[in-house]
Amino acid sequence: MSFVTRGFSGRARERDPRLPPGQTLVQDWPVLSAGPTPRIDTAEWEFVIRDETGADHRWSWDELLALGVEDITADIHCVTHWSKLEMPWRGVSVDKLFENVESQYDYVMAHSYGGYTTNVPLEDLLDGRAWIAIEADGEPLDPEHGGPARLLVPHLYFWKSAKWVRGLVMMPDDDPGFWEQNGYHLRGDPWKEERYW
Amino acid sequence: MSADPLTRPDTARRRPAWHVATVAELAPETPTAARLVLDVPTWPGNDAGAHLDVRLTAPDGYQATRSYSIASSGETSRVVLAVDEVPDGEVSPFLVRELRPGDQLELHGPLGAFFVWQPSRDDRPVQLIAGGSGVVPLYAMAASHAAAADPAPFRLLYSVRTPRHVFFADELAALVGPAFDLDLAYTREAPDGRQGDIGRITKDTLAARTIPAARRPQVFVCGPTGFVEAVASWLRALGHAAADIRTERFGGT
Amino acid sequence: MTHLDGNVLAGALADIFSVDLTPASARCTGCGAVAQLAEAMVYTNAPGIVARCATCDHVLATVVDAGDRLWLSLTGLSGIELRRA
Ligand SMILES: Cc1cc2nc3c(=O)[nH]c(=O)nc-3n(C[C@H](O)[C@H](O)[C@H](O)COP(=O)(O)OP(=O)(O)OC[C@H]3O[C@@H](n4cnc5c(N)ncnc54)[C@H](O)[C@@H]3O)c2cc1C
Ligand SMILES: [Zn+2]
Repeated sequence: MSFVTRGFSGRARERDPRLPPGQTLVQDWPVLSAGPTPRIDTAEWEFVIRDETGADHRWSWDELLALGVEDITADIHCVTHWSKLEMPWRGVSVDKLFENVESQYDYVMAHSYGGYTTNVPLEDLLDGRAWIAIEADGEPLDPEHGGPARLLVPHLYFWKSAKWVRGLVMMPDDDPGFWEQNGYHLRGDPWKEERYW
Repeated sequence: MSADPLTRPDTARRRPAWHVATVAELAPETPTAARLVLDVPTWPGNDAGAHLDVRLTAPDGYQATRSYSIASSGETSRVVLAVDEVPDGEVSPFLVRELRPGDQLELHGPLGAFFVWQPSRDDRPVQLIAGGSGVVPLYAMAASHAAAADPAPFRLLYSVRTPRHVFFADELAALVGPAFDLDLAYTREAPDGRQGDIGRITKDTLAARTIPAARRPQVFVCGPTGFVEAVASWLRALGHAAADIRTERFGGT
Repeated sequence: MTHLDGNVLAGALADIFSVDLTPASARCTGCGAVAQLAEAMVYTNAPGIVARCATCDHVLATVVDAGDRLWLSLTGLSGIELRRA
């Protein structure tokens, strides 16, 4: 029974060819939160990759940075219909983390401080397409935006870029993470508008 | 009153549904807020304190939904809302500034059976605590209490920026009497002669100016999330049981 | 925006259930606390609505609204007690 509300257009929605279907350009950076914001000191922060043997590969904050921090420019697309273009980021390529990890498994579950999870095919994390991001817009990542470190997988919807990321667990199958269990798409390609199941 | 179950409005039959509302009247409520009087012919009536969802649709199909408390209550097809403009907000500036009489809106309601007050036969005291626009559902409760001539003693502690920012100022003043006490706490500017009282509500304000926990009041707290959070934790510290405190967070910080 | 109260779930759930679920009591599968759904902490500034236990933060329920379809998960709740009006 919906009808158009006279005079209502919503927040200004600009069209730009760099915007995937159904997306709107924003200048600010909206904060989404599905729970309390974890606050983790980099002195206690730790990153773990667990392979199929159950072995853990661990990095402290300093060890992560020592792998080499690169500059990234990325467009990000949130499934709640906003996008930000050419956002400057800094982070460590996931390729660096996998240099010494052997795994036959094709899928990864990203785990965060606070309990959030999201599933990603390993190939979406490799070949210079994903980072452990520690800075955005020239500033260290704010806890509200996932600091001290979040996963950055800009070619997928932004819920895949897990805030407060703490580790990756290799999986034989593409098991669903938090939003993927509750209605959202297993992969989430914004150009194919893979929002829901 | 509601002693007779046969005459009692059957709240179970007030099933939430989608309704089309026509804007009947619009008036400034405070320097930043507007009062919306809506005609909703299909409205089943609502308990005092209930809310509804307003859904706006743009020409390209984009939709935005927000919750608003209902200032009116009982069996009526006139639904009253009071909306404060949140700067840079998507929905509230539209409702406060763009809406015109005769415009139509989609509403979903009435909603919420928890943050509501119904006339009772006991005389357990009720303490209402509001921050800013959070007074809307509490005003509905106070008005419904007066209309029902309910014996329970009511008190409202209302934190507000300045005298000009008081929602339902005349209506609230008119309710004051033996069973309803109104206490305004100004955060920026008080009426002449009360400049000493300016400031945010603290735990001490609550201890001095609300019904003490020993009297087991039912407490309703409503306002911005940060305000509700702080007040609820102080109430617990002052000895109120969690089950006696009902909260409605409006969002924001 | 931080969290809201469980009351705000009423709109989304009324589309699915014929009774208002927000005053229903239910048990948190995380910590065992029994509380009314209206007392949960609800996060709406997210890809879906997330209701968390006010005692332990465990996710009680989620609602994802795709317009023509809607997903409801109540996996964090057991023993939902509904009262007849
Ligand atoms: C159950 C319930 C009842 C409500 N009743 C009323 C009511 O009677 N009157 C009323 O005016 N509002 C009420 N609200 C708040 C209302 O739903 C909207 O949140 C508010 O109007 C802002 O919407 P917006 O689209 O303009 O802002 P948005 O575009 O949603 O937000 C813009 C910015 O403002 C912040 N923000 C969002 N909400 C608030 C807020 N409430 N206060 C301060 N900052 C905020 C956001 O974090 C964001 O940064 C109620 C909320 C709930 C949950
Ligand atoms: Zn719990």
